[in-house]
Amino acid sequence: MKKLGKIYLILVLLFLYVPIFVLIVFSFNETKSRSVFSGFTLDWYRRLFHNKIIISSLVNTIIIAVAASIVSTVLGTLAAIGIHHMRKVPKAVVMNITNMPIINPEIVTGVSLMLLFVFFAARMNLEFGFVTLIIAHITFNVPYVILNVMPKFNQMNPHIFEAAQDLGCSPVQAFRKVVLPEIMPGVVSGFLMSFTYSLDDFVVSYFTSGSTSQTLPITIYSMTRRKVSPEINALSTLIFIAVVIVLIVKNALENKAARKNASYKEGL
Amino acid sequence: MKLKYFSAPYLVWMVVFIVVPLIMIVYFAFTTDNGSFTMKYISDVGQYANIFVRSIWLSLIATAICLVIAYPVAFILSRMDKHKQGTMLMIVMLPMWMNFLLRTYAWMTILGNNGIINHILNIMGFESVRLINTSGAVVLGMVYNYLPFMILPLYSVMEKIDKSLFEAADDLGCSPVSTLFRVVIPLSMPGITSGITMVFVPAISTFIISRMLGGGSNLLIGDLIEMQFLGNAYNPHLGAAISLVLMVIILVIMTVMNQFDPDEQVLM
Repeated sequence: MKKLGKIYLILVLLFLYVPIFVLIVFSFNETKSRSVFSGFTLDWYRRLFHNKIIISSLVNTIIIAVAASIVSTVLGTLAAIGIHHMRKVPKAVVMNITNMPIINPEIVTGVSLMLLFVFFAARMNLEFGFVTLIIAHITFNVPYVILNVMPKFNQMNPHIFEAAQDLGCSPVQAFRKVVLPEIMPGVVSGFLMSFTYSLDDFVVSYFTSGSTSQTLPITIYSMTRRKVSPEINALSTLIFIAVVIVLIVKNALENKAARKNASYKEGL
Repeated sequence: MKLKYFSAPYLVWMVVFIVVPLIMIVYFAFTTDNGSFTMKYISDVGQYANIFVRSIWLSLIATAICLVIAYPVAFILSRMDKHKQGTMLMIVMLPMWMNFLLRTYAWMTILGNNGIINHILNIMGFESVRLINTSGAVVLGMVYNYLPFMILPLYSVMEKIDKSLFEAADDLGCSPVSTLFRVVIPLSMPGITSGITMVFVPAISTFIISRMLGGGSNLLIGDLIEMQFLGNAYNPHLGAAISLVLMVIILVIMTVMNQFDPDEQVLM
């Protein structure tokens, strides 16, 4: 039975990984063929680094992701503080609306924001581009920050904030020294989640980007629409390597933290 | 100082960028260009009934396949040694971190008319088979892209099931099959319902997978919406009406799913 489970798991992993490895193998292929490997080359990587459109859309993606995730983290953390202190009914209303961008299909979020931006563009001096993209990304990121921070407030002892003030902290000090460390893990994971969703987003960006400032996923999309280009394979390989490195580092850090925690508990 | 006012900036943001855009969808769906009320666009949606049926059908099939594949995976993962679980989960989830356009593109190269599978078939002396631009390819793309969304919620529920429950069921004379149906499945119900929603919602609203793997003949609701906003068929009123119907379908499905969930909450 155990053996059967192992075989099953390996089959599912093959299903998940074979397509990615096919992309990686053909990124080193000499010809443009997608089925015959005719010889090894690094040419596609060289071309990738000289492709101005890809490089500029990568830069755009990073700028947008950094800006959107920082603003979302601040906005979302403040929102979580406020929502936590609301009364039951307004709290439920706000949380239900906050969940909407998460529950709604991405295409509906994208299209609805596009309608809004078209409306503003006709009446004010708003152009589709960086501004609309960052606004759109903040809009779908903030709910994730709120959902990461809120549970930390619920776990926190509500009286430690008052206790800190009784012991002579100003409200600002009490927040910085007592509340912030308590909610910090939620803030950090909210930030990281926003950042990765921003980097990865295609659908919402597709409807809100206009023609001037493209993000990397949009460029990838237009590359797949045109003729076959192994540059995409090269790009996939690099993204795959980056993902593997990030996840290994993340895993190592978590294990280290878990071990530290365990030895701390043993010490007690 | 009232802490609830901390949420003021977010509340403004929420109203302007979440509530107003959704109201605009409703407004556009029920008005003509000069702003007078009409039911024309909503009734026009009826012309596309076949596309709606196809979308619902294909995404239901994909969701069912995901559930069947993911359930044993999540179970095997949840019964592994604790220290192995984290690493194994990371390996299973890693492909999800690649942009989904690249993952779908990988299948384009595998299934293509000059792709790897057909190449292998030719070498073995068989005729080429048409794999890409079929509804089967669209379902495959959905399963491949959204399988991790099914595994994750199932795993997080099953991980919490106490091992001694299986032993107790065994002691009380349950066969493994009835343990599965009377212990494991009822206890993992919240994971099943949230997994189904997390696969079904993106699957029914996708327009990339159908376009990349389905060719022109397998249009889904997502394609239809995209065409009304960015395609040649520019008609935001009809697009808004289709979006509205899509939202209603998803709402109905989620309400049905919630009936099966003992906690009546959708994990996201």
